[in-house]
Amino acid sequence: MSGEDWVFWISGSFAVIGALGLVFSRKAVHSALWVAFTMINLAVLYIANSAPFLGMVQIIVYTGAVMMLFLFVLMVVGVDSSDSLIETLRGQRISAIVLGLGLAVLLVVGVGNGLVNSATVGLVEANSIDGGNVEGIARLIFTDYLIAFEATSALLITAALGAMVLAHRERWLPRATQQELSKGRFLSGSHPGNLPTPGVYARHNAVDTPALLPDGSISEESIPRPLQARGDVRAVDHHEVNEIKEVDSQ
Amino acid sequence: MTDPTFGPFGVDPWWLVILKVVGIFVMLVLLTLFTIWWERRVVARMQHRVGPNRVGPFGLLQSLMDGIKLALKEEIIPKGAHLAVYWIAPVISATTAFIAFAVIPFGPTVSIFGVETPLQLTDFPVSVLYVLAIASIGIYGIVLAGWASGSTYPLLGGLRSSAQMISYEIAMGLSFVAVFLYAGSMSTSAIVIAQEPIWYAVILLPSFLIYVTAMVGETNRAPFDLPEAEGELVGGFHTEYSSLKFALFFLAEYINMVTVSALATTLFLGGYIAPWPLSLWDGAMTGWWPMLWWLIKVQVFIFMFIWLRATLPRMRYDQFMKFGWKVLIPVSIVWILIVATARVLRDEVVLTTRELLIGGAVAIAILLIVSWVFQSRSDRRAAIRAAREEAEANLTFDPMAGGYPVPPMPGQQAVGTSRRARAGVTIVQDRSDVTQEAIDG
Repeated sequence: MSGEDWVFWISGSFAVIGALGLVFSRKAVHSALWVAFTMINLAVLYIANSAPFLGMVQIIVYTGAVMMLFLFVLMVVGVDSSDSLIETLRGQRISAIVLGLGLAVLLVVGVGNGLVNSATVGLVEANSIDGGNVEGIARLIFTDYLIAFEATSALLITAALGAMVLAHRERWLPRATQQELSKGRFLSGSHPGNLPTPGVYARHNAVDTPALLPDGSISEESIPRPLQARGDVRAVDHHEVNEIKEVDSQ
Repeated sequence: MTDPTFGPFGVDPWWLVILKVVGIFVMLVLLTLFTIWWERRVVARMQHRVGPNRVGPFGLLQSLMDGIKLALKEEIIPKGAHLAVYWIAPVISATTAFIAFAVIPFGPTVSIFGVETPLQLTDFPVSVLYVLAIASIGIYGIVLAGWASGSTYPLLGGLRSSAQMISYEIAMGLSFVAVFLYAGSMSTSAIVIAQEPIWYAVILLPSFLIYVTAMVGETNRAPFDLPEAEGELVGGFHTEYSSLKFALFFLAEYINMVTVSALATTLFLGGYIAPWPLSLWDGAMTGWWPMLWWLIKVQVFIFMFIWLRATLPRMRYDQFMKFGWKVLIPVSIVWILIVATARVLRDEVVLTTRELLIGGAVAIAILLIVSWVFQSRSDRRAAIRAAREEAEANLTFDPMAGGYPVPPMPGQQAVGTSRRARAGVTIVQDRSDVTQEAIDG
């Protein structure tokens, strides 16, 4: 086997394993990972077939951006939310099988037609027409396929704008600035910063120990409200406090 | 498979390839150990401390000792972890950090055991894109670590990381475009050679500044270290990692620092080409000397990383995202437009006086439009301010505004019904802040 054969059989079978993993994974995040794995292996195949630009763009766009967005959404939705297996679309299995078969036929016919009917020039010649792979792609995109390329980009921009319009909401009130938020925090009269922490003494350092104010009284804000409601606050030993005050005043 | 060679690359004998691979590996590990020590010493000096100075000369072996200690620590795996992904995440992080270095040139052709070979593992026509691609796979390590830990703070760190990467990779990629336009190539070695008379950092200064900003965001370093913001997220994505797995993340972070610095050197600071005062010396570009110039330039960037960390506080997350999307990306796009136009004008167009006049008129028109846009923006700001003042003035709620019974608008306080009002009880309190939050999502 030549080097290309080795790359094909290894990366090709990895890509198939990844595709199967996508279908058979129970967790959505695992499925997304299998897709990323398949994408990387496809990129390897592209590079092995003298299309380094396509291979790199495949990884940057599909693995780096698209699958990362998928992961992002999956992670936002929830770590452990497993998909419900109730099918909401009626007849989706049958239509999926029919469409899948249709795609398979289309691919076989298309690729077969290309293999049988058109003259092959070989990758070296194809890449050397414009002096390199990147230059060749650039010439094709910006000359022969300019309209298709621009139309695709217009479509993508429209989709992005559409998403922004759909996600847009009208503000009822102008957005509060940081300054206004800060002012509001103080004007409301409530404690603007962190509440005082519980008291920490040599004997106790649990949250049920109230902090003491300079005059020896308890700071109510230092006790968590649930503990206060349950009456679970440790009593302050005023004898001890007085001793400390005496030591301090000396 | 077609011819795998590219210029002087792809023709090394097998033993030389292995030698280069091992050499790069050892260099990266040593650079990591050095950078950690260097960072601790520099930050200490900036904070009027001494820093590690006990182990070895100047404390140089401190990070080696810390590394050994870290690797020998007990490993704790949380119960809720998704084991397979939890294991593979640090491996992805560390591996990608190493392999991105394969296309970085650190010297011109030298002789190694009688074989003439470039000081670079390999190169191909799109090697800068290769670095971007590998970096985008590397993020998976961080994101998956966050997800697989089965814990809240790591998950938040992973989420932040994925959002940060997507946004800052765009700015980073855009900053490369101007370099590609000028160098006429995407291969790292060709870009270095194309900078022989003048660095791209000089003629493409905006691109350079955008790249430097994006590279700090891309490596999760202060002031953009939001995925591991210890004040908010404990340790971020690596909170639940310990022992050797944590060491791998640590290693990956420092190697990534070296990699983005090396890429910045390659694309903008002329790679291994000797800088000005040194270039006066004839021997500056002979033998292995260029590798030293390269190393110095990389160290300058690393010092900048350390300096930033010692100086700047962490950015707020929303401001950070806003900066990426609303400042870096539009500025890059406008800059690319200017560069491309200038290139075409210089290379392919000879202008007559009339065309110059028309061009001037167009430029003035654009300036007018821009100033009009800014004017209308400041008008809009004034309108918003007026609206806010009006809203504040309208805080009193008129339940029969316009002659019909109406609900309170946000910010207005509803009064109780008449019977309760007589009893002095108000049950409908001002919930406008909650409402607005609910609307904001």
